[in-house]
Amino acid sequence: MKNREVIRERILFILLLILALLYLFPMLLVLMNSFKGRFYISDTPFALPTAETFAGIKNYFSGIEKTGFLPAFGYSLFITVFSVGTIVLFTSMTAWCITRVKSKFSSFLYYLLVFSMIVPFQMVMFTMSKMANICHLDNPVGIIVLYLGFGAGLSVFIFSGFIKGIPHEIEEAAVIDGCGPIQTFFLVVLPILKPICITVAILNTMWIWNDYLLPYLVIGNNYKTIPIAVQYLQGGYGSRDMGAMMAMLVLAILPIIIFYLSLQKYIIKGVVAGAVKG
Amino acid sequence: MQKMPKKYYVFFTLPTLLAFVIAFFIPFLAGIYLSFTEFRTVTDASWVGFNNYILAFTDDQNFINALIFTIKFAIVSVVLINVFAFFLAYLLTRSIPGTNIFRTIFFMPNLIGGIILGYIWQLLINGILINFGVDITFDASYGFWGLVVLMNWQMVGYMMIIYIAGIQSISNELIEAAKIDGANAWQILKSIIVPMVMPAVTICTFLTVANSFKLFDQNLALTAGAPDRASAMLALDIFTTFYGRIGSEGVGQAKAVMFFMIVAAIVLIQLRLTRSREVES
Repeated sequence: MKNREVIRERILFILLLILALLYLFPMLLVLMNSFKGRFYISDTPFALPTAETFAGIKNYFSGIEKTGFLPAFGYSLFITVFSVGTIVLFTSMTAWCITRVKSKFSSFLYYLLVFSMIVPFQMVMFTMSKMANICHLDNPVGIIVLYLGFGAGLSVFIFSGFIKGIPHEIEEAAVIDGCGPIQTFFLVVLPILKPICITVAILNTMWIWNDYLLPYLVIGNNYKTIPIAVQYLQGGYGSRDMGAMMAMLVLAILPIIIFYLSLQKYIIKGVVAGAVKG
Repeated sequence: MQKMPKKYYVFFTLPTLLAFVIAFFIPFLAGIYLSFTEFRTVTDASWVGFNNYILAFTDDQNFINALIFTIKFAIVSVVLINVFAFFLAYLLTRSIPGTNIFRTIFFMPNLIGGIILGYIWQLLINGILINFGVDITFDASYGFWGLVVLMNWQMVGYMMIIYIAGIQSISNELIEAAKIDGANAWQILKSIIVPMVMPAVTICTFLTVANSFKLFDQNLALTAGAPDRASAMLALDIFTTFYGRIGSEGVGQAKAVMFFMIVAAIVLIQLRLTRSREVES
């Protein structure tokens, strides 16, 4: 009996190992091809690089040059970091305020924000990009406002759900001790919100870092983020530089993998929390 | 903090509210209005009633085709993703060495952006198809199955994590009791684990339905709708209608409004179902 279980466990382990390798295969394939000459990729992507096809890191240089990857990385990083920071700060403030102050306007605002969560981006993409032009938000700083506005729904929703579970007494004690609303929030409430801040930050980071359509429509002509830079390489059919493409895909995946492996525990937890609530 | 002086209320809500009005509220209302007009630059809109909605169906078959393509895609992906995800979750909650590493690997593709995923799979799929002298744009069914495989690769790990949480919340005593009563692994799976994870099934089903319907980046990168818009899903069809041909912006906006109503209906059905289930348990 014991022996049979051990054998079954072994078989399952090997099965999972094969599955895991299959799972990693597409990424490894891209990595391998990024070191091959540009003309040896499309036709024989599964062939290992040989002395003839090996191109070293040449593709990386041509890719970085063609797409302007370095500025793209900078824009992506800037937009993601500041948008996420802004979202966490302002939506936690809003969520706390409209959860604690019971009024008709509070619940109206709450339901309006929640409603925005179910609206797909295509519904507002045209009018939003026009609005961005009119309000001069079509630059890497202005786009932060758009992300705050469009990301507010989910973030306020998640924060509110958490805040409802915090006992009033803590805040009341702070008020008795002489705190105003601003001190109460920043000194007492915000530290309690820390775990949920991480969740909100991770969900928004994954969305904004990978977002293509919004930045493409609003700032794509002048400022390319990483997804836009990759899509830009596509060009006309047949004319595209597959070597540069492979190198750019590797460079685009790398930061996410590093982010994921270093914050894995929080990311999985945050994603599950976001899924169950959203 | 039941009452708060007005100036503080403004301080806490104004930044979000302002951004929300600019980025969402005005564009949303303007979007509904513009779907009843003909326009090129918003300011030159002239009222045409339901004409755009009629044109969306009669002008060409693209919208209908995209709708059918999307529904088929959603059904196939939802079934496959959930079956694979549950299967993996079931395996990974048993005592097998290295489950954490496996979870990490299976979840990883979920973090990669749609555009990048699309090009990764384009390389792989075209690399296989070239042996048959074709590529993914040869036939819409290639694009369809390519997207299904891509979507599975991306979403299975995510759904697996939710199923794992569901399976782990089942109390051990229940399973031990069943074992003492002589139930085998299959009976435990069928009569205890599956019924107990039904709430997770509901969540995962709707997450996959909603994500399938809203799929855009992957579609754009993998096939861009080729051949001749036959593999375009709803979101991509709307995008192409808007920006592909000058003068059809109104029709694009009307399609977008219908798209919104479809997605909203799916979400509302989901809320209904999860609510009623919560009452039961």
